[in-house]
Amino acid sequence: MANLIDIRGVTHAYRTPLGPLPVLEDLNIAVPEGEFCAVVGPSGCGKSTLTRLVAGLMKPDRGEVWLHGERVTSPRRTVGMAFQNPVLLEWRTILENVILPLEIVAPRMPRKDRVDRAMALLEMVGLKGFEAKRPSQLSGGMRQRASLCRAIVHKPDVLIMDEPFGALDNFTREDLWQTMRDLRAAEPFTCVLITHDLRESVFLGDQVIVLSGRPASTQFILNVGLPADRRIDVLYTPEATDMLHILRDQIRIAQGREGEVH
Amino acid sequence: MEVARKIGVPLAAILMFLALWEGIVWWNGWPNYKMASPSDLPPAYARYWELFLTMGWQTLWRTVAGLGLAVLFGTLLGMVMGFSRIARDGLYPLLVGFNAIPKATLVPVLALIFIGQHDFNTVLMAFLISFFPIAVSVGIGLSTLEPEYRDILRSLGASKLTIFWKIALPKTLPEFFGALKVSVTLAFIGTNLVEIVSPHGRGLGALFKSGETNGDYPLMFAVLIALAFLGILLYYAVVALERIFAGWAERPQH
Repeated sequence: MANLIDIRGVTHAYRTPLGPLPVLEDLNIAVPEGEFCAVVGPSGCGKSTLTRLVAGLMKPDRGEVWLHGERVTSPRRTVGMAFQNPVLLEWRTILENVILPLEIVAPRMPRKDRVDRAMALLEMVGLKGFEAKRPSQLSGGMRQRASLCRAIVHKPDVLIMDEPFGALDNFTREDLWQTMRDLRAAEPFTCVLITHDLRESVFLGDQVIVLSGRPASTQFILNVGLPADRRIDVLYTPEATDMLHILRDQIRIAQGREGEVH
Repeated sequence: MEVARKIGVPLAAILMFLALWEGIVWWNGWPNYKMASPSDLPPAYARYWELFLTMGWQTLWRTVAGLGLAVLFGTLLGMVMGFSRIARDGLYPLLVGFNAIPKATLVPVLALIFIGQHDFNTVLMAFLISFFPIAVSVGIGLSTLEPEYRDILRSLGASKLTIFWKIALPKTLPEFFGALKVSVTLAFIGTNLVEIVSPHGRGLGALFKSGETNGDYPLMFAVLIALAFLGILLYYAVVALERIFAGWAERPQH
């Protein structure tokens, strides 16, 4: 099967007053259609740059990003994005926030269809009854749920998430992992998740990619190989523990600290 | 209860202020030609009521016209400064410098360029003195828009205009209205500056001037109170607009 996302030999540097700052160095990532790809790596290794490249918000200095067999050179409507900050618009209700992408992508879609689609998603993530509230009236976890709905309301092929659960407490985060798993079962999208949380990467990912320190390249790929309908308990099985161990070691290598006692 | 509090509290504050004023004048035994007291005002209004209506209207419409220009120009300038770093770097010193000039010094300049155009001069001064806060606040509002807000629409291929219309503009509205409240009072100062300084002026400023010429202190103070009243009126008009267009920014109080 062809890869839906294909990142080939991408190299990128930011121009700073102190000279070029290389962030990505010959990065290669391939994600088959429908797969969930979790990307982990040390802080500041260029993970967010990766999301902006896949979204077409910027172009790499060298290398190519392909989506659906087409080279990405500008933003495209088949992509959905979610960030650590839910960036909901305070002057819109939760429902109107979720509808926003449809106003851009499907301007002719009847109002009723938009509302139905948004309400179905809100119900799926447990926000039924909150659609008329303002973002500031919701908790952080609920805002992030609404943000996820907005990211997929226009049925994108690719969902790109940049540490979407990073600012949440542990229990809320685990709730959202399960919401994410359920959304995946209901909506077919290919997913790239940038995260700092190794447990999150193993629970959600089909493959986990470890990036090296800056400039980042692919250091290690872990095929998770757990069934799609995982439960949180799976994280306490020996297989998962082994995988977390391997990832932990890989992160230490990426940080350049593999020799240290820990 | 809520309404009574909203109207009653400011009203009580005003009455207390007037009582204090009356008391100070009475305590010092100041005569009418030294300092007017609130009790002198009703006769002054009764005597010049017709003049207050026509002059008050002239001051009001010219202030609102100047303010309208300030909103248009200030918003445009703010957009330019908000979207372009170069424009921001280039324009800020100019704007701050211009704002530091006492506007009274510009009255003779304008009067000479636009001789006899009293209405135009007055509107122009109201505009010149009041566009600055609007330009700065819109500029800051737009330039501090977090990139993620732009990215949620940009990643869908939305045009710059769409992003401005759906995200940047509404997000800047609370700052805009904050600045507009400052600009309202500034615009009145601009209008009155021209009305008082220019010979054969019109409006409440001219009425103040004629009170001064005739040593009619009650009239002068009656004009000041009328100006204050118009200022409050316009201020609450802005508050009403803010409720309609940016009411979402008001968080419920706990």
